Amino acid sequence: MCLAVPARIVEIDKQMATVEIGGSRREASLVLLPDASMGDYVLLHAGFAISRIDEAEALETLRLFRAMLGEGNVAEDD
Amino acid sequence: MRADRSGQILLAHGSGGRLTQQLVDSVFARGLSNPILVRMEDAATLDFQGRLACTIDSHVVSPLFFPGGDIGRLAVTGTVNDLAVAGAEPMHLTAGFIIEEGFAFHDLERIVESMSEAGAEAGTDIIAGDTKVVEKGAADGVFVTTCGIGRVPDGVDISAAGARPGDAVIVSGTIGDHGITVLSQREGIGVATGLVSDCAPLWPLVRDMLAAAPGIRVMRDPTRGGLAATLNEIAQASGVAIEIDEAAIPYRTEVRSACELLGLDPLILANEGKLVAVMAQEDTEAVLAAMRSNPHGRDAALIGRVEAAAAPRVHARTLIGSRRVISMPTGEQLPRIC
Amino acid sequence: MTDAGRLAFLDEFRSGPQTRGLLEELVAGNSVPLKVMEVCGTHTMAISRHGIRQAVPEELTLISGPGCPVCVTANADIDAFIELALLPDVIATTFGDMLRVPGTRMGLAEARGQGARVQVVYSTLDALKIARENPDRSVVFFGVGFETTAPTVAAALLEARQTGVDNFFVQSVHKVVPPALEALSSAPELAVDAYLCPGHVTAIIGPEAYAPVASRYGIPCVVTGFEPADILQGLIMLSRQKAEGRSQVEVQYTRGVRAGGNPAALALMEHVFEPCDAAWRGLGTIPGSGLAISEEFAAHDALRRFPVDVSYSREPRGCICGAILTGQKTPRDCGLFGGACVPEHPVGPCMVSSEGTCAAYYQYES
Repeated sequence: MCLAVPARIVEIDKQMATVEIGGSRREASLVLLPDASMGDYVLLHAGFAISRIDEAEALETLRLFRAMLGEGNVAEDD
Repeated sequence: MRADRSGQILLAHGSGGRLTQQLVDSVFARGLSNPILVRMEDAATLDFQGRLACTIDSHVVSPLFFPGGDIGRLAVTGTVNDLAVAGAEPMHLTAGFIIEEGFAFHDLERIVESMSEAGAEAGTDIIAGDTKVVEKGAADGVFVTTCGIGRVPDGVDISAAGARPGDAVIVSGTIGDHGITVLSQREGIGVATGLVSDCAPLWPLVRDMLAAAPGIRVMRDPTRGGLAATLNEIAQASGVAIEIDEAAIPYRTEVRSACELLGLDPLILANEGKLVAVMAQEDTEAVLAAMRSNPHGRDAALIGRVEAAAAPRVHARTLIGSRRVISMPTGEQLPRIC
Repeated sequence: MTDAGRLAFLDEFRSGPQTRGLLEELVAGNSVPLKVMEVCGTHTMAISRHGIRQAVPEELTLISGPGCPVCVTANADIDAFIELALLPDVIATTFGDMLRVPGTRMGLAEARGQGARVQVVYSTLDALKIARENPDRSVVFFGVGFETTAPTVAAALLEARQTGVDNFFVQSVHKVVPPALEALSSAPELAVDAYLCPGHVTAIIGPEAYAPVASRYGIPCVVTGFEPADILQGLIMLSRQKAEGRSQVEVQYTRGVRAGGNPAALALMEHVFEPCDAAWRGLGTIPGSGLAISEEFAAHDALRRFPVDVSYSREPRGCICGAILTGQKTPRDCGLFGGACVPEHPVGPCMVSSEGTCAAYYQYES
């Protein structure tokens, strides 16, 4: 339905930004995410930043994965 | 000597008259000079004994010049690599040029110079050629066709049909560099990666590999259609299944990220300086060691194995440990947003 | 892989150790049959790419839904864009996804062979740039996609109007997800227990949009990300809801989705578009499920500017894309699948789009 990839804002010039993901760079419009700032990770779709990635939430999701692993393997460490 | 003050190729340069002669002398004979070519006979004559490999490849690429190469380098390496993966040491090439009227003289000179350089890297030369000029719009800049002949050493028998169950599958380095480099240069893509094409003649690498294990069974260069097409060709020709481990395939990070951005499958991207080899399991270590000490095989990796199968197919062990089918690619890859 | 070569927020959600625990959990916690529809085509692609269908417990069936614009765009809409592309002095611009879609008479690739100028773009802003560079041509953009993409088209239309790019036009066949889910859920033949909801559409519209479906039809909804670990966790959350008798909207993709969605994108979409009835291939016409260009931007509406006749349009014969999109059938039930309809010569759109259910089956699972 909609491919969007996490990319980091490395430059901002008014409504246009340069975003970077793993060494690849592209121009991205910030029209749909006007409060984005330098260093933010955003979801990039078709050349537009559409959402800011919440790093704390990402870590929390990863923690939940580990917790599930813990539940499923009670005998192991954790 | 410039035949035209505007620095452009004219239709008359292909007419067979004085301008043609000037073009041949000033660009081709000078740029590609060797004892056979300078004779300017209608055909080059060669002495030869043994098994001969022969191949031909036409080259069209947009853009003509890209980071890491151009159509000239591509035209030489493409043909040299087709010879090399047949186990043949390249001897000589011939080249045909179809040039669009108005093409810049200077660009043609650059292209010829790259051909000369790539030929020297591969230890080969261009001994005959032909030029035609077509009307503006009838070609896209320049098309280059190269034909090559090579010598197959005794005891070398490489064929796509040679893979046997239990064999190992190796790639010589990172996958997709050329495909992403060229695609990212095209208008409207707008992705900057800093990548350069891997475009390189592979004969020196193949020579080292054959020295380590003359019994290598299959070699192919995964150009158009990428690794997916090459592995399927091998599976079909040999009547086997191939299972690759996705986590073992070497990629540059920029290739992975550009593929994520543009929605492309890296297994379908073209490579111009890589090869896939299939060999007996016991040869793997020696071949990998030989490859890794050659600059064009530094990132060589064991990516999979050959299995017996009722129907030829290619599988991947996915990152999560599941399996999926890798099928023959269809059509051109386009950036997608969905 | 070195840390420098890591793709942030992607690699850690697709690594083997991460997903192994989730898979074990899914197997342990899933004992009753559960049919889950992944609404979004990008989920379908990810499921195929990572072999998730083969990895999940047998009791869990994954059905691909209608969230693929290539698949649900009606032939009449595709034909109209092809007619526009064939007009003299028109440059047709489109996302790469649509190039190989067959229309009634031909697809865009064939139209190009007949002299149409068709350019693939990655972004609507690239199409706008082409319009600026070619003031003597009319540049028409094929506006396909859901709520994630529609705001990017709205942004281009707004910029075209503000900067006076009068030769930029859009054919809008945009669709919105909630009315389609509502229509699917209310259909008596629906054979789905739970929805894996699209993370990126929801980043725009907010998870609240699925509340009516969850409460009215008792169907659990989990808004999910696109990496294997996300999808597995989404499936675990759905099976837990089912086991506990709940039908709520939950968000797995918390790093990308917030309550209320993206207000700037929603406002822009509302400014430029207005709701309309839309024809979905396989689902028929669904009230209020499309986005038409509003009166204010009528001067940039391609079909108002260049009316085209597509009365010849019809859907391909024998193709069951419709039943596949509604989860009633799988590609293997189709007589054309793998024979008359293959990726090289697609009959139906579900084979054209690489995220189409049929293409995904053919590509990764055949």
